[in-house]
Amino acid sequence: MSNIVSALNNKAYADGIAEVREIGLQGMITLRGDLASSAVKSAATSVTGVKMPAPGHANSDGQHGICWMSPDELLVLCPYDAVADTLEKMGKSLAKAHALYVDVSDARAVFELSGPHAREVLAKLVPVDLSPAAFTSGMFRRSRMAQIPAAFWLHAPDSFRIVTFRSNAQYAFDLLKVAAQPGSEVGYFKG
Amino acid sequence: MSTRLATGGRLLNKSRALTFTFNGKTMKGYEGDTLASALLANDQMLVGRSFKYHRPRGIVASGAEEPNGLVNLGQGGRFEPNQRVTTTELFDGLTAKSQNHWPSLEFDVGAVNTQLSRFMPAGFYYKTFMYPRPLWKHVYEPFIRKAAGLGAAPKDRDDDTYEHFYAFCDVLVIGGGVAGLQAAKAAADTGAHVMLIEQTAHWGGRASVDGGEVAGKPVDNFVDETVAALEAMENVTLRRRMMGAGVYDHGYVLGYERLTDHAPEAAGPRHRLWRIRAAQIVTATGAIERPLSFAGNDIPGVMLASAVRDYVTDFGVSPGDRTVVVTNNDNAYLTAIALKNAGLDVPAILDARVLPTDSALMAQAKSLGIRVLMGCGVSKVQGGKRVTGVSICSQAGEGAVLEEISCDVIAMSGGWSPVVHLWSHCGGKLVWDADQAAFKPDVDKAPTGADGKPFVTAAGAASGALLLGDVLADADGAGKAAATATGHAPGQSAAQAPVASHAPEAPMAPVWLMPQGAGIKLRSKAWLDYQNDVKVSDVQLAAQEGFQSVEHAKRYTTLGMATDQGKLSNINGLAILSDSLNQPIPQTGTTTFRPPYTPISMGAIGGEARGDVFQPVRRTPIHDWNAENGAEWEPVGQWRRPYAYVRSGESTHDAVMRETKNARDNLGLLDASTLGKIIVRGPDAGKFLDMMYTNMMSTLKVGKCRYGLMCDENGFLIDDGVVARIDDDTWLCHTTTGGAERIHGHMEEWLQTEWWTWQVYVANVTEQYAQIAVVGPNARKALEHLGGMDVSADTMGFMDWADGTLGGFDVRVFRISFSGELSYEIAVKASQGQALWDALMAVGADLGVMPYGTECLHILRAEKGFIMIGDESDGTVIPQDLGLHWAISKKKEDFIGKRGQERSHMVDPTRWQLVGLETVDKSTLPDGAYAVADGTNANGQRETQGRVTSTYHSPNLDRGIAMGLVLNGPDRMGEVLSFPGTDGKEYKAKIVSPVFYDPEGEKPNV
Amino acid sequence: MLILTCPCCGVTGEETEFHAGGEAHLKRFGPGSSEDQFEEYLFMRENPKGVHFERWRHVNGCGKWFHAARNTVTLEVYGTYAAQTHEPPADLRDKITEKVPGWTWREFQ
Repeated sequence: MSNIVSALNNKAYADGIAEVREIGLQGMITLRGDLASSAVKSAATSVTGVKMPAPGHANSDGQHGICWMSPDELLVLCPYDAVADTLEKMGKSLAKAHALYVDVSDARAVFELSGPHAREVLAKLVPVDLSPAAFTSGMFRRSRMAQIPAAFWLHAPDSFRIVTFRSNAQYAFDLLKVAAQPGSEVGYFKG
Repeated sequence: MSTRLATGGRLLNKSRALTFTFNGKTMKGYEGDTLASALLANDQMLVGRSFKYHRPRGIVASGAEEPNGLVNLGQGGRFEPNQRVTTTELFDGLTAKSQNHWPSLEFDVGAVNTQLSRFMPAGFYYKTFMYPRPLWKHVYEPFIRKAAGLGAAPKDRDDDTYEHFYAFCDVLVIGGGVAGLQAAKAAADTGAHVMLIEQTAHWGGRASVDGGEVAGKPVDNFVDETVAALEAMENVTLRRRMMGAGVYDHGYVLGYERLTDHAPEAAGPRHRLWRIRAAQIVTATGAIERPLSFAGNDIPGVMLASAVRDYVTDFGVSPGDRTVVVTNNDNAYLTAIALKNAGLDVPAILDARVLPTDSALMAQAKSLGIRVLMGCGVSKVQGGKRVTGVSICSQAGEGAVLEEISCDVIAMSGGWSPVVHLWSHCGGKLVWDADQAAFKPDVDKAPTGADGKPFVTAAGAASGALLLGDVLADADGAGKAAATATGHAPGQSAAQAPVASHAPEAPMAPVWLMPQGAGIKLRSKAWLDYQNDVKVSDVQLAAQEGFQSVEHAKRYTTLGMATDQGKLSNINGLAILSDSLNQPIPQTGTTTFRPPYTPISMGAIGGEARGDVFQPVRRTPIHDWNAENGAEWEPVGQWRRPYAYVRSGESTHDAVMRETKNARDNLGLLDASTLGKIIVRGPDAGKFLDMMYTNMMSTLKVGKCRYGLMCDENGFLIDDGVVARIDDDTWLCHTTTGGAERIHGHMEEWLQTEWWTWQVYVANVTEQYAQIAVVGPNARKALEHLGGMDVSADTMGFMDWADGTLGGFDVRVFRISFSGELSYEIAVKASQGQALWDALMAVGADLGVMPYGTECLHILRAEKGFIMIGDESDGTVIPQDLGLHWAISKKKEDFIGKRGQERSHMVDPTRWQLVGLETVDKSTLPDGAYAVADGTNANGQRETQGRVTSTYHSPNLDRGIAMGLVLNGPDRMGEVLSFPGTDGKEYKAKIVSPVFYDPEGEKPNV
Repeated sequence: MLILTCPCCGVTGEETEFHAGGEAHLKRFGPGSSEDQFEEYLFMRENPKGVHFERWRHVNGCGKWFHAARNTVTLEVYGTYAAQTHEPPADLRDKITEKVPGWTWREFQ
């Protein structure tokens, strides 16, 4: 349907020290259950084709992925159009398990923050050690971005994916834009 | 006069001249100048007036400790008051104005206060302005407010931007003098991740001015080589113009980086506040020279000895032509030598000590032909707005003048105090060093961190090691110790501290008052705190009057309470206090050192949080449409909801009335997306919800909705909303707009911390859906026009819900009503919210559709007597107060709040109860008004018997309607109560049923 | 500003990621309890100078509740542990005893 729009409709900002872009709708399913149970594990892995991530990590491959949210919660990523099918498949795997799986794709906004200064732009906003030695590819972190909750991971070197609540999308975009303002290079992260 | 010398000025780039103005007068300086050095180069010694007596004040220091040189800097959106001239780097076009005087700096009316100083001693305000009490508000306070205060408050919005930065490191070294450099090098050599920050624009601190040799070469070489070595290391970050502002719990440090203060045209933020988490901190913050307390020590031209040689050496500025040095230590001799070497006149050095033999520095001074008077001090300084001479006396006497010498600068030194602020911020204790007459860090009582181990080490002068060789050895040890504590021990072959040499010094002798036996006349002109006008006599008076605690004496006298926070006055003041109390200085102790070290900008503290991103504003999927269609916003938590959609030519009130009538007569649309939506699922979900809600949720049938109430353990109402049962194991709980996160958290808390064996999962899906309330007699027609699912009364009865499609949208439709009208709430995926809204507006065009806002929603529900969380409830109201007994299960053994509601006060029949209130004259009751009763309470206040909780003008009834809580209310129908308004009017209202409109409930039942 | 380690997700974060939730190991009293029991449960709290046990939630993180053993004077954090328990773990109590011999807190020591 052409009337389906993400929170900011792919708004972008490229005039600063890093590029900020709302990437549009990403399929997301909250899966809560016993992460040690084979039913829950296979429900997540079979629909995404990626392995179960370790705590604090995410495994992703294109639009598919699994993010470790908490000891009993995963965020399953899939293409937006595939959410209904994915939920149905997961329902079959989880028929006998005590689990909750629900579409949250529309409840979120996803941003890409990229460029050589991406780390230091994000480090202006989140109380997390983002040095290349401390925050590495594969890690998934839920934290606070200025005044809102946010989760992020390195989608590629120098490129973060940042997930916020949809209602906070404009704030998050404006925030990243301020943090990426021209002339605000920090030069703290080396190597 | 003060002037620029033909030679010297190691920090200047003399090829780049700069122009600036001071009080409108154009002056010239060079790149590398501070505003202070540039002012002195232009013979501008007088820079301000003191706070209380408006006495003329000149530049005293050359760094962060400067108490006098505060100016209004910049203009318009870049105006900032109280900027220190000694730490302001000069740039082309700088504009500065002096403060705290009227009409001019040179001639100030307020200076008459100094003639009255005899009548304005310590505690003057407290003593004088107490009585008669009414005069405080109308006479004293306005007068004091006018007279007090330093700089002017900015009037314009700040033009600059600011930001924060979160940094993590093993070892943070604060201070880039020789100690900081050596500590950083020693720590970095172990492989630890080191950050070194320096508040000024230059590395090396005082060492280059004070001289000495390191490894046989001038100390400058050591500074340059060490900086170069550190710059080349991958594990080291160096930042200049960045002050360690404060040390906090668990290794948290605020670093205040000034990015463009010296280059205002540069792009980017002005200040960056670094929020650093360091495993170990080395405070290499140096030492500050103490003034001496003698009569007239505040007259412009009296300066710290170290500052005088800084101006000569660093900036090629001579503060005066003839400088008398007065000291109690050897270090100040360096000033005399530097001045003499620069070709300036030093008529005498007054040394308060009596020494058996000359030290090396004394001998050097004498060999330059300088006259040294031992055992002597200043009796009195001559001059008004500038020093003109000095009366010399014996330090041991009472001030009898031995000789008078004409001079225009007095360079004083009372010894050096380690800068212990950062060590002390987080609980580091101090120990008295009798040799230096100063407090220094007690190495056995360092601040401790999350692991209970020390995390701060002082290095160099900051730890009490004042001489170059000691400084480097101490700093080397500090750097290695800090690195070791982070797991990076130096290897066997680690380099040792380079060997440094310096001239041996004779011991200093403490001098707290000059001369020792100074009488009251001299003591009352001997200043301790220049900015706040606190004199030796004030502290003595405070002690006499019983202010024995140093913290009390500080507040009584205002000693150390100025913007410099007592950097110069602290030790001298507490020495005087100790003397007055006849106790040793360590027993008196110090006042508390609190961050920041020097004031930091409000902009830096706020960081990015200004303008559009001052705070998060949550937007619904229909936000933009709302904004384009006249929405006036009502903040509900962080959400913005339309209060009303105001059309052109219409008042807000008109819009609300129009919307409210239309929803009853035709068709209204409400953007209800903000309502909380929480999925609760699992085999124990029913049992869990029975604990969460006061009523029974486990018995709800699939496909049905039920209104529920939530209380806290006290029994007080915290939220309400409609619960729908989705399937056997799954419920969907709606919460209030502000309640989604709170109630989600409330559920998680009980599940995680009390009933962790119950098999229940919850998920907050509030934002997954846009939700639109379709309200009014034409609501069903509108849905039928969209088509796709059967919404007839037979298929979808009141309190039913169903999944289906409408107009091609996948939707979930709830037939519920918060308005008393036929009403459907339609949930659709958020990304299709706007499209569904557009579709409803289109099909509603023929049905009289109008969007409506929160005020209309409130009136509609109030007309029906429906309660609103936050209006009828306020954290002290239980559901029983609101006549909601029907929603409280009597069958359930337990629910959150049940036990609380059984308490005697909760079952007291005199608790105020909900009723409707109808004004006698149809006017609208004031919100929150109290119904008065006969008599007065123990405080002499009118007794009350009720209060208004919601009040509106109802366009459908054409009268004011209200709800309120009233004593025995439901039993008093028809009684008229009196509500005094804050407007002076007395409102009369009759107690009625809270259901004003359609009491039979026929309208939604179609 | 404190740093705490969430035992649920392993993250060591600053205090702004967390939310303090008051005293640990309260026993809930509901219907049928005496006035004294209910008062104790609802209102009576320890206010120690020294060893203390608290509830915290990793609110800007994994969202889980946990317990922390902390010193209210030195701010030392002795350890964090799961919320799903009625008492501090024995090894943590031993660790505290090593540092603060003779400590007591409610019925624990």
